[in-house]
Amino acid sequence: MKPAPFEYIRPGSIAEACELLASDEDARVISGGQTLIPMLAMRLARPARLVDIYRLPELNGIRVNGDVLAIGATTRQVQVEGSAVARDALPLLAKALPWVGHPPTRNRGTVGGSVAHADPSAEIPLVAVTLQAEIEITNPDGVSTMPADDFFIGPMLTAVMPGDCVTAVRFPIWRHARLGTGFHEVSARQSDFAFVAAAAQVALDDSGLCIDAALGIGGIGDRAVRLDVSGLVGGSLDKNSIVDLMHQAVQVLEPTSDLHASAEYRTRVAVTLGARALEDAIRDARVGSDRAAHGGAQ
Amino acid sequence: MKVSLTVNGRVREVDVEPRKTLLDTLREDLALVGSHTGCEHGVCGACTILLDGEPVRSCLMFAAQADGYAITTIEGLAPAPGELSVLQDAFCETHGMQCGYCTPGMILAAHSLLDRTTEPTREDIVDAISGNICRCTGYGQIIEAIELAAERLHKANTPRSTETSQVEDKKKAVAVQGGRR
Repeated sequence: MKPAPFEYIRPGSIAEACELLASDEDARVISGGQTLIPMLAMRLARPARLVDIYRLPELNGIRVNGDVLAIGATTRQVQVEGSAVARDALPLLAKALPWVGHPPTRNRGTVGGSVAHADPSAEIPLVAVTLQAEIEITNPDGVSTMPADDFFIGPMLTAVMPGDCVTAVRFPIWRHARLGTGFHEVSARQSDFAFVAAAAQVALDDSGLCIDAALGIGGIGDRAVRLDVSGLVGGSLDKNSIVDLMHQAVQVLEPTSDLHASAEYRTRVAVTLGARALEDAIRDARVGSDRAAHGGAQ
Repeated sequence: MKVSLTVNGRVREVDVEPRKTLLDTLREDLALVGSHTGCEHGVCGACTILLDGEPVRSCLMFAAQADGYAITTIEGLAPAPGELSVLQDAFCETHGMQCGYCTPGMILAAHSLLDRTTEPTREDIVDAISGNICRCTGYGQIIEAIELAAERLHKANTPRSTETSQVEDKKKAVAVQGGRR
């Protein structure tokens, strides 16, 4: 299993990278290579040129900008995992990252790479869709952003055009005092591709009422989908209401069947894991606020 | 294309096609066949090496991308020719190797864990080797081996990283030789 021949170029700037990508339709970006290289090895991808952006310093880093956490495209997954800033601002991403591949692939794999490849079962795109992140794209005309929901089109298919390069992912930060998250996933083996993954984030007010809730489901169809759980806002948070809400919410999903799992199984698991993730998030928000109150009293 | 690689502390120049993986380069151009070729698409972990001390899959990297890193392969762990590292010894003692195919990858993944953690829990160990497949299914003894090595290293209270321990060992060797004289 060896890749077909290609030309390898390491540009010195993002502008140079975009020029190279715009001038050659058969050119592709490579960064950590943890998804692309297996595709090259199996010859599912045969680019004529690889443009390596991995070492461009301007693309690496985690920055808080007001209510946005911007993660540079070539920031390694392990860097985000170890970042206290990212953990505080984006607890949902922190909870999802241990599910991304294995420690050795997270050492090389990048946040932008995972987003740009758009595997329907990938965790980082799921969190991006759940939290309505924006994908930053640079091309020879300049820098623009696109909502994650528009960016992901289908399996390994995104809105990226020739000359485009994903340069950052901008996640919104929820500034609520009582915030909780939940993440669940089912796969054949630990950290293998998810059959179903569920990511939830919930904010409660002082009286314990839900004021905001987000839930995303991945692995189930062509791409990760954000479900409508607005029924939780101001409503009942008991287990039965959540399960009922999930039964309603999964109607919009278009699950696929494959040799691992049937569409029926995936839908059933989406209800269960979605409800579990929401319950975890609600519990987490309650505990977190108790912790904060306790800390304040000392 | 010409690439300069730093492997086990030595700078090696290779002339490779861009499509040549770091794994194939190590094995074919540098004759370091301790890194094993398994699945060649990042699933099995047999080709694990250390890149600046962190485990990565050498089949998921091109040699052209590997300049400027400190690369450690299984050949670089033993303190001296004919000797074994504490971790390698532990694998022998607890029968942590059966057919041996996954062993170099397992040892390097575990080496990196023990570099960072003095008292790893069983969960830490399982997580560290979760990307390495043993088709003999000898995981029980592999975990035992890593636990044994962790305990010994903890009690020995010596520096962990390869570079530092190699430096320390050289100092010790010099001191011993000096003493003999």
